Amino acid sequence: MRRMTWFNVTSLTLGFAFLYLPMLILIIFSFNESKLVTVWAGFSTKWYGELMRNTAFLDAAWVTVKVAFISSSLATILGTMAAVVMVRAGRFRGRTMFSGMIYAPMVMPEVITGLSLLLLFISLGMDRGVFTIVLAHTTFAMCYVSVVVSSRLVSFDQSLEEAALDLGCSPVQAFRLVTLPIIAPAVISGWLLAFTLSLDDLVIASFTSGPSATTLPMKIWSSVRLGVSPEINALSTIMILVVAIGVITASLINKRNVVRQRREEAAAEKLA
Amino acid sequence: MRRLLIAVPFLWLLALFIVPFVIVFKISLSDLAVAIPPYTPTLDFAEGWAGIKAFFAELDFENYIWLTEDDLYWKAYLSSFKIAVISTLLTLLVGYPIAYGIARAPQEWRALLFMLVILPFWTSFLIRVYSWMGILSQEGYLNQVLLWIGVINEPLIILNTNIAVYIGIVYTYLPFMILPIYAALEKLDISLLEAAEDLGCSRFSAFWLVTIPLSKQGIIAGSFLVFIPTIGEFVIPSLLGGSRTLMIGKVLWEEFFSNRDWPVASAVAVVLLLILIIPIVLFQRNEQKQREADQ
Repeated sequence: MRRMTWFNVTSLTLGFAFLYLPMLILIIFSFNESKLVTVWAGFSTKWYGELMRNTAFLDAAWVTVKVAFISSSLATILGTMAAVVMVRAGRFRGRTMFSGMIYAPMVMPEVITGLSLLLLFISLGMDRGVFTIVLAHTTFAMCYVSVVVSSRLVSFDQSLEEAALDLGCSPVQAFRLVTLPIIAPAVISGWLLAFTLSLDDLVIASFTSGPSATTLPMKIWSSVRLGVSPEINALSTIMILVVAIGVITASLINKRNVVRQRREEAAAEKLA
Repeated sequence: MRRLLIAVPFLWLLALFIVPFVIVFKISLSDLAVAIPPYTPTLDFAEGWAGIKAFFAELDFENYIWLTEDDLYWKAYLSSFKIAVISTLLTLLVGYPIAYGIARAPQEWRALLFMLVILPFWTSFLIRVYSWMGILSQEGYLNQVLLWIGVINEPLIILNTNIAVYIGIVYTYLPFMILPIYAALEKLDISLLEAAEDLGCSRFSAFWLVTIPLSKQGIIAGSFLVFIPTIGEFVIPSLLGGSRTLMIGKVLWEEFFSNRDWPVASAVAVVLLLILIIPIVLFQRNEQKQREADQ
């Protein structure tokens, strides 16, 4: 193993400073007493208090969580089905089109996805609101879920499933009792990914929502267009911390599972 | 059973991904009208065959001709392309050393560093772009620091210029560049570099002749992952760019929400899609090649 050169240390330090300093500054200045966001005037948590009293933000946050929860759950079901089709279903007519439809939404500019879905909803005469945002988010999130799940499906041993079928399981039972437990971590990461994508989305939600539903990113957007505000700094801090805690917890759980799995495998080898 | 499994996701994507595009294309051939919805003609099945014929007779390519006549549009396409190319190169320049640093870090550090690259990706895109508004503004933190050190005598104007847009894109898309390059560099066998040095290469030329070519796949994948979404970017030019920052995503948004011209917005979307098909196909092919090489 070579020692870290000064060049690598410098590039890592500068790189991570670049990635994290802006968010760190945001967090520090959310505790600023002054309304003037760029001048430090002492420590205060008053903007968090302001935020808690701002019912418009709270309502928007509730709508956002609701949309994210429903759409990510739907997307997980549909995306897992799509992944099973991609990996296990073999050849069928329209397979190329199917995989095209899975990959294309991920690279599509959001403005196009949003515009096209809005025009669909209008030509069907649908009322726009929570329901239409859920449909839109489910559609693009299911593609991400299916990519995450299919990478796990590809890598595990198919003979386990075949064994279950030989031993008299129906295909549904084999999936529920054998396949699903094995791909569960990937399904959960897919759900988490879909959930955060939905929480985060501004452009598609702006196109597909109506006057009855405003999501948090839409609310933040209309506020930050007018400039930097301490209340948004406070809100951003909360969102950054929630995500950071979530990601770190998930990776710790994942790490523990990997360690346990390795131990079990080692034990199984010893027995054999 | 198998048929149902295929049909459900297939029909979902067909109805909510393909059909919407057909509608966009159709509306791009329609005319603007003061009505609800604000375009004409609308398909009226009640009139039977005559209605369908009348409907097709009224569709034309007027909006596309309009796109070529008003120089706002082709300037916006060109400028989006230029901004996407420059910011992809900048992201590569910033991202490569970081990916390299992680790949060369001691084994026990790598997982942590890797997670630190991914973490910003999970936090809100909008907030990450917003965080630069306070830094780059005229009385912002960057100017305060530079004035205090004495590098400059009066504040730099960065916010609401293209420079701010470049900074915003590099910042938000950096993980997309780092991850594939890191994946390529991690697989690289260090003994190849040692062999090159034993055979008389300097460290620098070993890097240039061995490391760079062997991480080519990662560089290509990362560049596409930054370039493709940047072209249609809307949030970054709207928040960090100025009135003179032209990007096609912003034009489409304004055409739709401010001018309420749905047919022209649809035509802008169709042309943008046609432009993007080339890099998307190239990217898919690169990924395919990669997968085959791995097997």
